[in-house]
Amino acid sequence: MPSAPALSDAHPFPHRHLLGIAGLLPHEILFLLDEAEQWVALNRETAKHDERLRGLTLINAFFENSTRTLLSFEIAGKRLGADVVNMGVAQSSVNKGETLIDTAMTLNAMHADAIVIRHDASGAVQLIADKVDCPVLNAGDGRHEHPTQALLDALTIRRRLGQIAGLTVAICGDVLHSRVARSNILCLGTLGATVRVVGPPTLLPPEVERLGVTRFTDMDEGIRGADVVMALRLQRERMAGGFVPSPREYHALYGLTPERLARTAPDALVMHPGPMNRGVEISSSIADDLQRSAITEQVEMGVAVRMACLDVLTRGARRVGNW
Amino acid sequence: MSALAILNGRVVAGGRVAPGGVLVRDGHIAAIGTFAVPDGAERIDARGALVAPGLVDVGAFAIDAPACAAGGITRAVLMPDQSPPLDNVALVQRAAAAGKPDVWVHPLAAATRGLEGHELAEIGLMARGGACGVATGRGWIADSGVMHRLLAYAGALGLRTVSHPEDGGLAGPAAMTDGETATRLGLPSAPAEAEALAVARDLLLVEATGAPIHFRQVTTARALGLVREAKRRGLPVSCGIAPSHLFLSDIAVTGFRTFARLSPPLRGEADRQACLAAVADGTVDLLCSAHDPQGPEAKRMPFILAEPGMVGAETLLALALGLVRDGLVDLPRLWDLLAAAPARLFGLPAGTLDAGAEADLVLVDEHAPWRISSDRLRAASGNTPFDGLPVQGRAVRLWKGGKPIVLNLG
Repeated sequence: MPSAPALSDAHPFPHRHLLGIAGLLPHEILFLLDEAEQWVALNRETAKHDERLRGLTLINAFFENSTRTLLSFEIAGKRLGADVVNMGVAQSSVNKGETLIDTAMTLNAMHADAIVIRHDASGAVQLIADKVDCPVLNAGDGRHEHPTQALLDALTIRRRLGQIAGLTVAICGDVLHSRVARSNILCLGTLGATVRVVGPPTLLPPEVERLGVTRFTDMDEGIRGADVVMALRLQRERMAGGFVPSPREYHALYGLTPERLARTAPDALVMHPGPMNRGVEISSSIADDLQRSAITEQVEMGVAVRMACLDVLTRGARRVGNW
Repeated sequence: MSALAILNGRVVAGGRVAPGGVLVRDGHIAAIGTFAVPDGAERIDARGALVAPGLVDVGAFAIDAPACAAGGITRAVLMPDQSPPLDNVALVQRAAAAGKPDVWVHPLAAATRGLEGHELAEIGLMARGGACGVATGRGWIADSGVMHRLLAYAGALGLRTVSHPEDGGLAGPAAMTDGETATRLGLPSAPAEAEALAVARDLLLVEATGAPIHFRQVTTARALGLVREAKRRGLPVSCGIAPSHLFLSDIAVTGFRTFARLSPPLRGEADRQACLAAVADGTVDLLCSAHDPQGPEAKRMPFILAEPGMVGAETLLALALGLVRDGLVDLPRLWDLLAAAPARLFGLPAGTLDAGAEADLVLVDEHAPWRISSDRLRAASGNTPFDGLPVQGRAVRLWKGGKPIVLNLG
């Protein structure tokens, strides 16, 4: 098997895959954000096209349903000129065992140049990455990581508030089951923000403080003085008594309402990875407040960040400069 | 009349290690220490190696004769979690015969039909057919009424019940113990108290029925504390532990290493230290391999979909010898943990070198260095969480009932 080209210490992104934020250094994260800026600009042009991935095949292998992330990766690949193929796999048919490895081998045999994977089991993307020859991008694995979401959130915050270091960010809601929360805790913490997690005790992971965050079970306390409030999606099946008594009670205790938002820093930014449950974790009036809500901007940054990741991770194969 | 004289060894027997040998006649121990070698006896020069009873492994999940031989194990107490479960006498009899002549299998009868935890299986008939105890299997029995009746019934038959102490409600679908590693990896986890909760309930039922219980593995400080306290009060309770929980904590799972997915799951470092202390102070009665081969089709999976379990038969001895080097136990106590206590608790004619006992013997080079390597094990599969670990000590010769067993050491 060919070994990776020797990379100098000064290499801005010496990673073959993007499996998570864990293991990335601050300057590597910032490098990806800087790279994304050019794509934010391009995406606002009328002719949004670049040819640098021409001839390369990008496979989006989604073992779990997704609309926005899949679409975002598809658009990112196409805007860079790649041939994009989407493989949606019904949960019932292929989600277990050897089949997953076999699927990886199949994708590999088709000479993909990059594979984007989403799977409902933590660690599944790494399992596939170990078996293929091309870069793998994690588009969400179980409750483990969703690195491009954290990058797009960081880019959104940086563009809105100027910088990330020194900010206080409250991540609110179902942190236990959220890969978005894990990646964001790591990413924002690495970039120097003070991160809080806020939610009912049944939805906060054990020993979450060990990740360098402060834990709050009282929403009002948790968001007090925060510069950024990030609401997480609460899955419908978890609202029915298993983890919280009802959507109504959840909204009363943990919903992001205008009254509550008055406790944050003035002009605090409101974010949500989508799709939203309006009236549960977030009030409609906040979601639609263009001054405070960055929710649509997050989607816009998503495409740019994913373009940057695809570009950077395929530079080795494209023999760009000394990559 | 055949005779075998093992000479120039260091004999582990009677609570001490003494230079000398072992004389075997017709498959049974005739003498230890120094003795006159009869004419025509086969002579073995032990060259200073340990001569000790063959290991008795309680709670193995598979009959894996090559792995047992390589690990110095001459008898295995088999869990009923076979396919199909050992819940009738014919299956017990078949399992009992399955390992002979290399390793003698002593099956545990399934406590409930199909190991489903509801109706009692034909425990009495299975005991007559060779079962040395009963076991709840990989899972616990959730219904306390069933557990109460099981203990009373098995106890009256003189059978020890082997329990898997893990509260099913608290454990749920967890694949790990609550802690930083589980949170970082995003894996479903359960509080370590799931074990103590189950141990506490079972101990209350033991107190109510007077029936003996053995916890296949106890791996947390809280649960070990309960066992320690119960022993102090004289309850008929015993427990085992595998080297995995003595030498590894939950950080071994980092990187989604499915070979480190075990049941019970690996614990935090504080619990691991408590396990070591419990071996040292005698709370733990025996060391077991927890041998449970799982092939790539069961392990090369996302962590939560992978089967729990590890192979341990051929690494048990070497890892256990580490406890001696660490000063936790001495050699005679180690052989109590590995052979005498298991035999005593399950009524097996083994584990000692008393005159007249069956000559299940192992010759051990306690210093021989080797490296545990997943792809060089003799076991049915290579799922060891100790892959790559350098260890010392291995079985060099093995006899079952005075007959030599081929070790096939690589």
